Amino acid sequence: MSSTLFLLLVAGLAFIGWVTARARAGRFTGTGVNRPHSLPNYHGWYVALWALAPALLFLAVWGYVSPGLIDAAVTATPQSAAIRLDPVDLTNEVRALATGALTTPFHPDVVPLVPVFQQVQHHYDMIGGVVALLLAFAGGAFAYTRVKPDFRARTRVERLVMAALLGASLIAVLTTLGIVLSLLFESVRFFARVSPMQFLFGTLWSPQTGDSGTFGAVPLFWGTIFIGAIIAMIVAIPLGLMSAIYLTQYAKPSTRRWMKPILEVLAGVPTVVYGYFAALTVAPAIRDFAAFVGIPGASSESALAAGLVMGVMIIPFVSSMADDSIAAVPQAMRDGSLAMGATTSETIRKVLVPAALPGVVGGVLLAVSRAIGETMIVVMAAGLAANLTANPFSSVTTVTTQIVQLLTGDQEFDSAKTLAAFALGLVLFIVTLLLNIVALRVVKKYREAYE
Amino acid sequence: MSTLAPVMQPAPKHAQARVPTDWTTASMQGRIRRRYRAERNFRMLGAGAVLLSTAFLVFLLVSMLSQGLRGFTQTELKLPMDFPAARLGIDPVALRGPDARAILAAADLENATAQAANRAYGPAGYKLLSDGAWLSIRSAIQEDPTILTRRADIWVPTSTAIDLAAKTDGDADAEAGFRMLDARQAVRTGFSMAFLTGADSTDPTIVGIWGALKGSLLTMFVTLILAFPVGVLSALYLEEYAPRNRWTDLIEVSINNLAAVPSIIFGLLGLAVFLNFLDFPRSAPIVGGLTLALMTMPVIVIAGRNAIKSVPPSIRDAALGIGASKVQVVFHHVLPLALPGILTGTIIGMARALGETAPLLMIGMRAFIASPPGGLADPATVLPVQIFLWSDEVSRGYVEKTSAAIIVLLVFLLAMNGIAIYLRNRFERRW
Repeated sequence: MSSTLFLLLVAGLAFIGWVTARARAGRFTGTGVNRPHSLPNYHGWYVALWALAPALLFLAVWGYVSPGLIDAAVTATPQSAAIRLDPVDLTNEVRALATGALTTPFHPDVVPLVPVFQQVQHHYDMIGGVVALLLAFAGGAFAYTRVKPDFRARTRVERLVMAALLGASLIAVLTTLGIVLSLLFESVRFFARVSPMQFLFGTLWSPQTGDSGTFGAVPLFWGTIFIGAIIAMIVAIPLGLMSAIYLTQYAKPSTRRWMKPILEVLAGVPTVVYGYFAALTVAPAIRDFAAFVGIPGASSESALAAGLVMGVMIIPFVSSMADDSIAAVPQAMRDGSLAMGATTSETIRKVLVPAALPGVVGGVLLAVSRAIGETMIVVMAAGLAANLTANPFSSVTTVTTQIVQLLTGDQEFDSAKTLAAFALGLVLFIVTLLLNIVALRVVKKYREAYE
Repeated sequence: MSTLAPVMQPAPKHAQARVPTDWTTASMQGRIRRRYRAERNFRMLGAGAVLLSTAFLVFLLVSMLSQGLRGFTQTELKLPMDFPAARLGIDPVALRGPDARAILAAADLENATAQAANRAYGPAGYKLLSDGAWLSIRSAIQEDPTILTRRADIWVPTSTAIDLAAKTDGDADAEAGFRMLDARQAVRTGFSMAFLTGADSTDPTIVGIWGALKGSLLTMFVTLILAFPVGVLSALYLEEYAPRNRWTDLIEVSINNLAAVPSIIFGLLGLAVFLNFLDFPRSAPIVGGLTLALMTMPVIVIAGRNAIKSVPPSIRDAALGIGASKVQVVFHHVLPLALPGILTGTIIGMARALGETAPLLMIGMRAFIASPPGGLADPATVLPVQIFLWSDEVSRGYVEKTSAAIIVLLVFLLAMNGIAIYLRNRFERRW
């Protein structure tokens, strides 16, 4: 509570600094060469930032350091020396009791320490708050003394703005780095227990709790490719391509104007909804169909159900990529073909599609990368059995399904089972990255060809 | 042309023998017919593809609606409670006091409710009730403690079987039970506020989505306040200030790659960094929000860059020309003009984050949470994860509740996309 109060006080000081500095700068007069360098606003911001930044920085550091100091102070009291308990457990329990996270103590003899803890905590909070206030005041006062007509407040403030801009854009780099490092770090620990050869080329997948279990990921890779790159694409490529062709070449502009957003809605439906639909409606229908036709090994968690629904989800993606690349084919090529007497469909099939093919292929690669990274549809509709089969009616499992499976439920973070999820994640990350790079290169090269 | 052609380009020998194509012959007519038929077929194929895709969407929405609308309703039965006879041992006056909660917890309301049902509807009467029926009795007592001194008819939720029998078709026992209740006019099916205000439960008849919805709202709040400023500032930097060098390329490549990384990878990042390394609380909206912010930020950056790019350079030149600094040009002129476009992109990115499930499963937001979260660090679940959890339940009663939750989620997404489209049409300027 008191930390919020101090934060408000610091903010209040900064505001006062802003107002007074602005008012002071507003009274600067002078024309021509003696004109003040910066507008009053910038002087205000300069002072406010000097009041805010050091104090907030200190409070952040203090928030990180003070729990350790409090713990040390509590364990140093004579009351705690009498309790036979590990100091770390002791302070943790007292902290939990004091904050109300724990209502009944495990050790009744720590209860007298709670008021001691609260007192020490209050003491340190006060120290931190007062120092922050002093820092805010000192910073503000220092900046206020610099408010003069020829002081370049604007330049200083703008330099900070630029630093903030650069910092914001570095977050993307940090995130990428974080992904790569966390995946690599955990994967290295995994590969210390399971050989990479066994992982990448083994055909038996049966993770067990603890360190036993076999981690041959080939059935997972096959399942992912089967569902995401084969079945889903068999649905998405013809439907997406034909939709794009119809909407760009045949449909009236008015039809196109409202048909295109409807197709886009398909991409906006959350994947968990598709997953539910696949599991509840599509999968039973496919199983009944397979049983009716007499196909052996039909499962209610068939690869076909997950793949079909995933294909539908990908349609707008393929369609909009195809749309873009067909639109990029020069009009002269189309006109030339039509002038030779070819019908519209002949022009499309013999001229437009071949010319747009690289773009379409790039789009399909992007769609594949999207499909193999898709999680919820396969978690809900595909199975868990790691089968190496080409029968679309039987159950296969995918990389993403297994990641979810391995990381939910009880977690002991050091077992090969949980670490395997990170190794799978690393493979998924690398494959999608490569697909994206290749796809973007294909699209880019093709665009250059017509420019 | 005809006179010049032989001079410029001697015609090949066989051309001498060529006769003009006779379009009226049967074979030529047949050929044209075939080509026109191919044209028509191709066109039908295209229209078929569009229609098939649309039909799938319609089928999806209709099947969700037809199941889900029932999920908003709940069957209730009239339970005559004779409180004095039940001997609950609660003093109505004490309920006005501060210990009301403890007193109610001590009383065996569950048993009293079951007994009342048995008295009213035969020895198996308690089976007609939902497991959570006593909660309705409890809230009735809380509302009006004087009820304890008299008899009262209280509407309580029925069991899943009766609920299904009332709405569609249940098994034979439930149908018989429902007919019995119906004959006594002791049953009604109506819109259930409890579904919109409650939280998760182990009994489908008393579940609600407010807990998950509140978790979603808290998570989205964290995502928005983190991803929006960072995304906008990065977009401004990359589009307006960044020098062309290797570092800028690195930033651009990272952002473009992040936009294409599968969402589950962000979940792994959140698990490894926020939970295991930084030791943040599991299942908390703040961790979910952080993870989704990392995922949404590249979307906002890309949309923001496009919006900023579309502001014509003449605006910048004019501002620079009258003496504005580079920061002033961007923050006073470019940003306000690009803001509608940035907001549109942000809303679309947020809509995607709202429907995202996989990364949140990774950071433990799939726990059973029976009460709405009170703050950013409380255990919570979100709407899509709640849908996933309910879809896994065995009890048939969850089917319609899952679809109802999906309807709520889709309504939110539709509203967000609607706002985005409105913003685009209303404010976006084309130069």
